[in-house]
Amino acid sequence: MAVQADTAEKFAAYAHPERLVSTEWLAAHLGEPGLAGVESDEDVLLYETGHIPGAVKIDWHTDLNDPVVRDYIDGERFAQVLGSKGIGRDTTVVIYGDKNNWWAAYALWVFTLFGHQDVRLLDGGRDKWIAEGRELTTEATNVAPVDYPVVPRDDSAVRAFKEDVLAHLGHGPLIDVRSFEEYTGERTEIPGYPTEGALRPGHIPSAASVPWAKAAAPDATFKTRAELEEVYLDGAGLKPGDDVIAYCRIGERSSHTWFVLTHLLGFENVKNYDGSWTEWGSAVRVPIKQGADA
Amino acid sequence: MPDALAEIREEFLALSQQERLQLLLEFSNELPELPERYQGHPDLFERVAECQSPVFLFVEIDDDDVVHLFVTAPKESPTTRGFASILVQGLAGLTADEVLAVPDDYPQTLGLTQAVSPLRLRGMAALLGRTKHQVTAKRQVG
Repeated sequence: MAVQADTAEKFAAYAHPERLVSTEWLAAHLGEPGLAGVESDEDVLLYETGHIPGAVKIDWHTDLNDPVVRDYIDGERFAQVLGSKGIGRDTTVVIYGDKNNWWAAYALWVFTLFGHQDVRLLDGGRDKWIAEGRELTTEATNVAPVDYPVVPRDDSAVRAFKEDVLAHLGHGPLIDVRSFEEYTGERTEIPGYPTEGALRPGHIPSAASVPWAKAAAPDATFKTRAELEEVYLDGAGLKPGDDVIAYCRIGERSSHTWFVLTHLLGFENVKNYDGSWTEWGSAVRVPIKQGADA
Repeated sequence: MPDALAEIREEFLALSQQERLQLLLEFSNELPELPERYQGHPDLFERVAECQSPVFLFVEIDDDDVVHLFVTAPKESPTTRGFASILVQGLAGLTADEVLAVPDDYPQTLGLTQAVSPLRLRGMAALLGRTKHQVTAKRQVG
């Protein structure tokens, strides 16, 4: 039985208000049976410096990525990871993290690949929780492992591969969520300092540039529905009913945009291209555009 | 390989993956505050653009040719602070030549690739690279 949704007024305007909870709501529901808090950060040690009481840590890299192949873990491993953290198939999961929930949204997207039904984000994430002076603890969370069923990963609904993007060109909009310097191709590597790069700079032709953080307010919460419509509909030209593909550099920042388009604005067919620029910008003979124009 | 860096490496390699993260957290907590004379002088510091978080470093070479490394990193970035702290402790008291002789792949040899991911280790490689770069540049000026 799922834990009740947060009925905050701000959320009611979103397409799927049940996908967000406020810090007040989480503080009031901590420890409730059937609810699990999950922290997912960019920094692998941040959870250890202090986390929301009772929350467990899921690391995007060590827990959710396959250690060898550039892919996500399979259903068996996912079942092990979640079961070992005390999360069952019908547990209500609230994910939160640093940097405007950037990695938290990534974890939520991976949960979606396995069809975990009730997974929500904490609006404002770790930063808002701390800014409000709410409790953090360094005490290890004691979890009783549970059985999580092995569910095969389904990449068809929310994940795009390079071939899908090629087929999408000319048929639907793309959103590039990287910085504008990355989009134009201006930003080049600094000699002698290898970065997480691609062989060619630029963007996928026809993609609109909407840096991911445009969806966030200064306090790390999501902007209101009206503000988001201004960014993505008026600004980027998306129309209701569009099939959209979002990408960034390795698929993390674009998970955040995927969440906004899918759960807050109600687009029904949004895919995250996790290969993103590190694949596209190094692939042979794919079209690339440089400069400010789409 | 300087003794202090070799000892730090041995310490990491003797531990399990989970304990290595704990040790990195200890290093993170030990990153020294900037000495007073450098507080409020952001102009002296170079931003380490390879790190996601705002990390700044500054190298000073004293009259005995000994290198002093100063790094600031926010407490919201404990992993980066840990890497910086390893370098600050491991390079302490070394001469410019000794710092330049530190193998560039030192960060990859700490046994953290699995627990921390190669992606994150690049930030530490960049810290070491930029430190050496500053040592070279400042020695030429001096």
